[in-house]
Amino acid sequence: MIVTVASGKGGTGKTTVAVNLAVIAPEGSVEVFDCDVEEPNAHLFIKPENIVTKEISTMIPDVDMNLCTLCGECEKICRFSAITMIAKKIMVFPEMCHSCKGCSMVCPAGAIKEGSRVLGSLLTGQSSRGFNLTWGELRVGEAMSPPLIKQVKNKIDKGIGKLFIVDAPPGTSCPAVVTLRDADFALLVAEETPFGLNDLALTVEGLKKLGVPMGIVLNRADMENGIIDDYAVRENIEILQRIPFSREAAKVCAKGHFLVDELPEIKALFQDIYLKIINNLNSIQKSDKGGQ
Amino acid sequence: MKELTVISGKGGTGKTSITASIASLAEKRVVIDADVDAANLFLTLEHKVVETESFEGGHKAEINPDICTCTGCGECFQRCQFDAISLNFTIDHISCEGCGVCAHFCPADAISFERQICGEKFISTTANGPMVHARLGIAEENSGLLVSQLRQRARQMAKEQHIPLIITDGPPGIGCPVIASVSNADALLIVTEPTLSGMHDMQRVMKLGRQMNAAIYLCINKADLNPEASEKIKEFCGSNNIRFAGEIPFDKAVIESMRMGQSLVTYSDGAASHAVKKVWQNVSSFLGETRDRLI
Repeated sequence: MIVTVASGKGGTGKTTVAVNLAVIAPEGSVEVFDCDVEEPNAHLFIKPENIVTKEISTMIPDVDMNLCTLCGECEKICRFSAITMIAKKIMVFPEMCHSCKGCSMVCPAGAIKEGSRVLGSLLTGQSSRGFNLTWGELRVGEAMSPPLIKQVKNKIDKGIGKLFIVDAPPGTSCPAVVTLRDADFALLVAEETPFGLNDLALTVEGLKKLGVPMGIVLNRADMENGIIDDYAVRENIEILQRIPFSREAAKVCAKGHFLVDELPEIKALFQDIYLKIINNLNSIQKSDKGGQ
Repeated sequence: MKELTVISGKGGTGKTSITASIASLAEKRVVIDADVDAANLFLTLEHKVVETESFEGGHKAEINPDICTCTGCGECFQRCQFDAISLNFTIDHISCEGCGVCAHFCPADAISFERQICGEKFISTTANGPMVHARLGIAEENSGLLVSQLRQRARQMAKEQHIPLIITDGPPGIGCPVIASVSNADALLIVTEPTLSGMHDMQRVMKLGRQMNAAIYLCINKADLNPEASEKIKEFCGSNNIRFAGEIPFDKAVIESMRMGQSLVTYSDGAASHAVKKVWQNVSSFLGETRDRLI
């Protein structure tokens, strides 16, 4: 089953929660997927070994001017201004292309071949803790992260019956949605600030649209204002855990270490989160079966 | 006219809090919230919305079951590169890229292809100049296009009202809306934090800034949480031709000001507030030394 760690707002502690959960889970029962391909960080904590890297590309048009009749059909079909006719030449703007192949399909002269543009890399490695990490690294300068995110998610092999922990990118637009759709459960990492609440609410709306069940982990919970608690009650979302703010914890994370290794009181909190997630997944599975 | 974009790579380093403060300190400026899918600047900058306009994003394909000219030929299903069309000929709007290939090739004209309203754009007044911001609809696309439109509008206003500075609060990451926030900016202010993740992400966003030929300034937020790492970042700036704009200590006043709906420098006179003022002094003198772009 897939548990996706998300937040809306950046920097609330998604990656911290994802990697510490992976460490606390029984050995051999989890795999981690970092879908924040623009700024992946899980590998900084997990420090995987035996890394296998694969370059990921996407199709862009490659025009053979010997065959081109300058009919302009390619320019007409392209919605992204990626191919255009200027002074009797066809110009391609690779970074604008969405790889729909409309231009090559519509070209009556067969002048458009398949070229390629590098999106980034897909990487897999093994943690010394007995689980695999798969992540994507978007090429700097590349605008489109969703196709690479899809490649990372394609590596999830649902057949092997493990718990797949997915680290989502911040925000509520395409990269976050592509990551969160088809998650079995979303673990929302929230902070008790007005920015945190605003962005949490946006993510919750998105998850409702996608039909993904969810629970909240309050991170750096030190204030007594309870704005997230009030919201969670109104929306009927369970707060699974509160991780208190401490300079100690901030230091451990800053160095790229695992909280569960160094702070026993936080380890206990993560063990509890893990059990609650498993319980939630079990009841989701049961209700799915009941519905069939 | 100068354009300064505040970015970080990693989320949650304090971009918006710092933008709100420098937008309050700058004598006259246009400020843009370019983090359109998780906009927060409006929460911390006193403002009044004076103009609202809907944002038309890309097109979406739709097979209309009422018109029912669909013959089930499967042409659209075969041509779609995004697996957005299922075998029962419904279109998944999340997967649809809006390329229009299905509508173009449908022999029965059964697919409509209309422009979508994807959000709202706002212009607000604040104490020292306009704020341009937006709200992208939940799970909507075209954030890059929306950012470009906000920046265009801001430039137009700056020109008309003779405002010498545009400050943009950028989104996290390095993808589409970040590229739209950074392209043609004169300078970037990178807000980083002294953590392994912060440093890793800062280097990627710096590389992007270099590709875009922007001058690069950097400040460290919550610098005292990890002084050794802060020193390393300073060294990194020195050896990579990045102007160092200062460091800001961890201060609970930052979150308190947010809760009061005010910028840090308006709300507090404490350590972080002083440090941000110093950062702004440095940034504005760096900006003075940076030549205007020709575009």
